[in-house]
Amino acid sequence: MRPTPRSLLRILVPVKRCVDYAVKIRVNAQQTGVETNVKHSMNPFDEIAVEEAVRLRERLKDAVKGITAVTIGPSKAQETLRTALAMGADDAVHVETPEAAIVEPLAVAKLLRAVMDKKGPYDLVILGKQAIDDDAGQTGQMLAGLLGCAQATFASKLDVDVGAGTADVTREIDGGLEQVRVKLPAIVTADLRLNEPRYASLPNIMKAKKKPLEKLKPEDLGVDITPRLQMLKVTEPPKRVGGQKVDNVDELIAKLKKAGVLPGAA
Amino acid sequence: MLSRLARSSRSSRPSRSLSHLARQAKRAFASEASEADASPQVSFGLSDEQQGIQDLARRFARTEIVPVAAEYDQSMAYPWPVIRKAHEAGLLNLHVPEKYGGPGLGLLSCALVSEEIAYGCTGIQTAMEAIGLAEAPVIVAGSEELKMKYLGRMTEEPLVAAYGVTEPGAGSDVAGIRTTARKEGGSWVLNGTKMWITNAGHANWFFVLARTDSSAKPTSGMTGFVVDADSPGIHLGKKEINMGQRCSDTRMVTFENVVVPPENVLGREGDGFKIAMKAFDITRPLVSSAAVGLAQRALEEAVRYAQERRTMGKPIIEHQAVAFMLADMAIQTEAARNLVWKSAWTKDAGLPNTFYASMAKTLASRTAVENANLAVQVFGGAGFNTEYPVEKLYRDAKIFELYEGTSQIQRLVISRTLAALYPAA
Repeated sequence: MRPTPRSLLRILVPVKRCVDYAVKIRVNAQQTGVETNVKHSMNPFDEIAVEEAVRLRERLKDAVKGITAVTIGPSKAQETLRTALAMGADDAVHVETPEAAIVEPLAVAKLLRAVMDKKGPYDLVILGKQAIDDDAGQTGQMLAGLLGCAQATFASKLDVDVGAGTADVTREIDGGLEQVRVKLPAIVTADLRLNEPRYASLPNIMKAKKKPLEKLKPEDLGVDITPRLQMLKVTEPPKRVGGQKVDNVDELIAKLKKAGVLPGAA
Repeated sequence: MLSRLARSSRSSRPSRSLSHLARQAKRAFASEASEADASPQVSFGLSDEQQGIQDLARRFARTEIVPVAAEYDQSMAYPWPVIRKAHEAGLLNLHVPEKYGGPGLGLLSCALVSEEIAYGCTGIQTAMEAIGLAEAPVIVAGSEELKMKYLGRMTEEPLVAAYGVTEPGAGSDVAGIRTTARKEGGSWVLNGTKMWITNAGHANWFFVLARTDSSAKPTSGMTGFVVDADSPGIHLGKKEINMGQRCSDTRMVTFENVVVPPENVLGREGDGFKIAMKAFDITRPLVSSAAVGLAQRALEEAVRYAQERRTMGKPIIEHQAVAFMLADMAIQTEAARNLVWKSAWTKDAGLPNTFYASMAKTLASRTAVENANLAVQVFGGAGFNTEYPVEKLYRDAKIFELYEGTSQIQRLVISRTLAALYPAA
């Protein structure tokens, strides 16, 4: 990743089309995965990533040279790119994979690196911290590893100093918050508290269809997306055994003590 | 896809007659049809853009309207903050052409929006929709200057407008309106009273239908006007307290020697009745889709509750009597939605849609009323209580069988078309 001149920032935002968070997921009858013939939308953490890129441009004005949204997935994933364009991205790249293909985070990271080689250089990649479907939370870190550049994960605040070529990131860590300074180019992954994503307004939805969208295939990028892991089986979580109602607090405490879940109780 | 279908149907049937409604004797066999045309003839799918519009409206309704709907229902305050946010998100003035700052959406896209907004609250949806209703005659018949002036300002800032046709003595019988406009000097002078005017208390301007020639037949003796709300002589009545849609503002408006400049006449003098009726071709599918939105909300609330509420040892959805009520609600909602989409598609395809629009309005409004009733029933005692969401739906639903043409008037419209379609031998 070669940095562009210090005064101009190019941002890449990878987004993923996931089953909508409001959909109640069901495992398919063959236990090979979940039912995917349901409503999909942009991974919520990716919405936050797009929003942050757009806000950076609002803050830094002309210092942001462009925001590119990229997705890897079947043809329907284009909807997700259109959403990103409607939110404020300038152009989009769609790496089209077969409908049934499972693309693991490592393959995604390699494809992203290839896209950056082809379309870049980019100075900042903002990803969501994890996708709500596979819950891996790996892509951003793997990409940073492949590129050999800095990373700041679980960001809840992002300040970029374009002149100095650095970004100050507040990270959500177990005990509280941690502030780090990374050198650009860098990878940032967005946490829930980073911002509240905007609506893609109706005029912007209509403008989005006129923005450029480039289609690529993994073969064009020379990346093998064969999974490294073999998925054996997908099952429903064990059903919770029905609870019971108690009549009063004493009974509740007695039951909790008996179950051994009350602190201090034997 | 839809626009492609629209084009093909226009080219294949250039005449705007009712012939497309008549039964088609030929091409009855599927095998012939597939040979003739490999591409699908019917699509129930949405374009990516329509999907995006629907997602936006859905998200807006669920985050901005659902949480505040009960509060506005109780306070009956006009939902200005929601209207402003809707304007910002681009969800108002949807069929205003791009030339005047709007998105110029087709009717089907507009219907997607009104269904989603109505799911949140039909009181707020009505306040938003009434703007489109007032704009429709201007879009249909306004001069270039009039469009630029009155539509342009609506897209620039969050303003509302109102459609003034109904009177204390004339609702369904539009031909019976008594508000008059007489020529004085170069201008027009309006006198009369309008009733149940949505948005009247907050409107920036009104569409007003008035009698301009008392000797002519009503259908050719009326004229439509755009009237600035701050014109001297306009007196607003108190906010009417209705059973439902309580945050929507409806009032009596009295016009007392209100002077309207000649350039504010819509179309030609005497064309007012036709213009007002044409506007319904646009707005009826939208009112119908709002009824579908309410029906959908009633369905969802009922199904959710039926899975949680237990009687006799099981969730009530497992009692067949309840399950069947829910099934009926789903059937009706889906059927109504499809008819609404068809009525909107027909208009977008450039075909006469009055027939379908009236059917959609009749079915969708009945569905809204029935679903709301059944939802209250499924909720049992809780359904009768104001802490639960369904009693509001029950109160809000009834208006759909009344405004924009009662169900009786819709059936009149449909039946008259039938007679023209299938004349007696």
